[in-house]
Amino acid sequence: MAQYPTEPLKCWPKAKELRNKFYENYKQAHEKGGIRCMGSAWALDAVTMGLGRDVYWITGEPYGASCAFDSPLSADFLTAAEKFGFSRDLCSYMRNYWGSIIVGKYAFGGPLPKADFAYTQHICCSHGKWYQNACELEGGDVPLYVIDVGVGACPPFEPEMYKHRVKYVADQMLDSIEWMEKITGRTYNDELFFEACWNDIRLTHTWAKICMLNRAVPAPLDEKSIYSLYVFATLQKSSAAFAELYEELLEEVEDRVKRGIAAVGNEQARVMTDTQPPWGFLKIYRYLETWGVVSIGSLYTFGLEGMWLYDEDRNDLGPRPMPPEKPTSREEACRMLADWHLSKPEYQHFYSPEYKTEMMDAIAKNWRCDAIIMHYNRGCEGLSVGIAENRLGLLERGNKVMTYEGNMGDETEFDLPSTETRFDIFLESLGLKKREA
Amino acid sequence: MLEKFQEWYENRHEYQEKYKERTGNKIVGYFCTYTPEELFYAADILPVRILGSHEPQDVTEPHIFGMFCPFCRDALAQGLKGKYDYLDGITIGQSCLHLRQAFTSWDLHKNPGWSYFLPMPNHVQSKRAVPFLVEEYRLLIKKIEELAGKRIRDDDLRQGIDIMNKVRQAMKEIYEFRKEENPPITGTEAMYMTCAQFFTDAREFLPVAKEVNRELASRRLDRDPGKRIMLIGSENDDIEYINMIETLGERESVGCTVVVEEHCTTTRYFWDEVDTDIDDPVRAIAERYVLRTPCPSKDWPQRTRLQRILKLAKDFRVDGAIIIQQKFCDPHEADIPFIRRFLEDNGIPTYFLEFDVTVASGPFAVRTEAFLETLEAEEDLF
Repeated sequence: MAQYPTEPLKCWPKAKELRNKFYENYKQAHEKGGIRCMGSAWALDAVTMGLGRDVYWITGEPYGASCAFDSPLSADFLTAAEKFGFSRDLCSYMRNYWGSIIVGKYAFGGPLPKADFAYTQHICCSHGKWYQNACELEGGDVPLYVIDVGVGACPPFEPEMYKHRVKYVADQMLDSIEWMEKITGRTYNDELFFEACWNDIRLTHTWAKICMLNRAVPAPLDEKSIYSLYVFATLQKSSAAFAELYEELLEEVEDRVKRGIAAVGNEQARVMTDTQPPWGFLKIYRYLETWGVVSIGSLYTFGLEGMWLYDEDRNDLGPRPMPPEKPTSREEACRMLADWHLSKPEYQHFYSPEYKTEMMDAIAKNWRCDAIIMHYNRGCEGLSVGIAENRLGLLERGNKVMTYEGNMGDETEFDLPSTETRFDIFLESLGLKKREA
Repeated sequence: MLEKFQEWYENRHEYQEKYKERTGNKIVGYFCTYTPEELFYAADILPVRILGSHEPQDVTEPHIFGMFCPFCRDALAQGLKGKYDYLDGITIGQSCLHLRQAFTSWDLHKNPGWSYFLPMPNHVQSKRAVPFLVEEYRLLIKKIEELAGKRIRDDDLRQGIDIMNKVRQAMKEIYEFRKEENPPITGTEAMYMTCAQFFTDAREFLPVAKEVNRELASRRLDRDPGKRIMLIGSENDDIEYINMIETLGERESVGCTVVVEEHCTTTRYFWDEVDTDIDDPVRAIAERYVLRTPCPSKDWPQRTRLQRILKLAKDFRVDGAIIIQQKFCDPHEADIPFIRRFLEDNGIPTYFLEFDVTVASGPFAVRTEAFLETLEAEEDLF
């Protein structure tokens, strides 16, 4: 029996339309006289937008996740990558992506459109290699630019945000602008860059504000829905349309909280998760609901793109305040973007698992979670790095933690029945009862 | 004197513990060859590389998820089992995520009181990398000074550069002998040598290396060198494997000698020297680490490794290359298909083997022998 009222999200159809349009735009880019760009979800896409409003993006991680959602298609792509000689233990997004190039098939219909250039960032040791190989597989004539953001953690995990670290990242962006002008033959428009930079900042700031609202009981959003919404920040952070969508969503979620609208009507217990889910098996979230469990989110969904500040003294996270004003020079915009993104929560664990454990614990406590369910994700070394230490650290801090093993993008490494059994045992240990179907 | 390298390799802990007793110097363990040893020598601190033991272990499972490479787990196991309790500090120069976990878990559970993560730039092909690394080295130097209890001056740094350059030169001179028709040093012995350098004070290693150099000039090995093989891989000190394939000829119709490797236990580690013509020693060291033969995790956007590998293959006149994949080693796994195609296109046959902590001697012997036979067949045809 539902305890709380529920209702569908009003902005859902718009979100769906925007996502479809995004992938359609990439396909039709050349018909519109535009440019196709490929890169990581963490790429500083705003920098490319100075080339014009007709730069159309595809980002590897959400594209890989979309492939994984379609099991037969993904099987074709993964097999093709393996046949080419890539090891099966490599990032499964990456293998889906490479497989898509090798097979020549676009997950959204028709042949895979070839990128005009690749523009990405590197913090996980696969990032640079991903697009280096993608460019090679595309025929070897796709230019690549990679920005290294692996410069160390941000405060409070480091004593300060050292200026030379911000400068290193910002200088690479400046260099990339000259490079893009050269390879595209276009003149760079700084005004468009400033606009895109500001869109990026407001979008990633707004996303954090949306996630803050999920502290409410009942939670206005469940993680399965959050996956469909956080994705815009991974598709193109610099998009004005996506930033506006998040602002609408913020208003809507505020309204849901005010009216006590729940994502899961029978919310009895709250959990948080970790890392990407097995995309082909999102039904595990529906399974949790049969136990009255809502997953309120994770450091992954909150902080993959959302921008936060961690307060060590209060063991709490809050949205990072936006800079007071828009940038007015190219150098300032590059510095602003570098400084902003280096504080990304999901960058910090690359330097120590403790940083992630602290932030996860803050979510568990402040979003009132009863337990933590961690996905030991064989598909992503970057977000699984240190995960075993996170488990130990969260247990030490008094959290109840369960783990299950799987793969975000390779269904052959996920066992649904045994995962459900693990859920049953764990949730029963929390004193919950499964609702009869 | 060659056996001295094996002795150091096998008794690394005994050497290091005694070293500490007799010199009073501190010892810092490092996890990756992107750690600038010069800075530690400048402070009279001995940098020693932490490698695994190639023994099955069961202590790292709670700390590192099983999808990460066996080498990082093996390295961490050494710390968790207390084999390195004599260390005064640990450090790592940023490279792959795998090994970083060995460092961070060690730091969490066995912190010797001093630890440092160096954000070694990944974009080594950018002109921005050296200035960035110079600033990072200045932070690291301050931290090392705290451990050493003394200031590090430019002359100290030049001394550190000199120490490291000399051992690099000595090892390269020894590698020259491996180009000979019948090399007077085997791949097994060469691997003992390069790894021994990780474990010993370079100033004590150097006279032994020089003596070995003199001995090799007149040394003749009573063995058929067989096929000339190159090994390409990540962190590999799989001496058991190298020894096994180099003795195949004693048991089978085909044999081989490993004449060169592209590993971070060998050439990627020591091939490049610090340019002593650069006035600022910090900048000189930074340039060396940025421009050195890269780990594939830093080898982008251009895949510069290919040409370097080909040059080594040609200089050492290899008949074939064995591509060793450390299981789960993503940066190398991302390169392997391209390296194989590139070498094959350049007339160098390749063979692929996936390694774990322990060596599957039996199956690997059969597979390697089969590969060597294919090299024979080609010779017969033409």
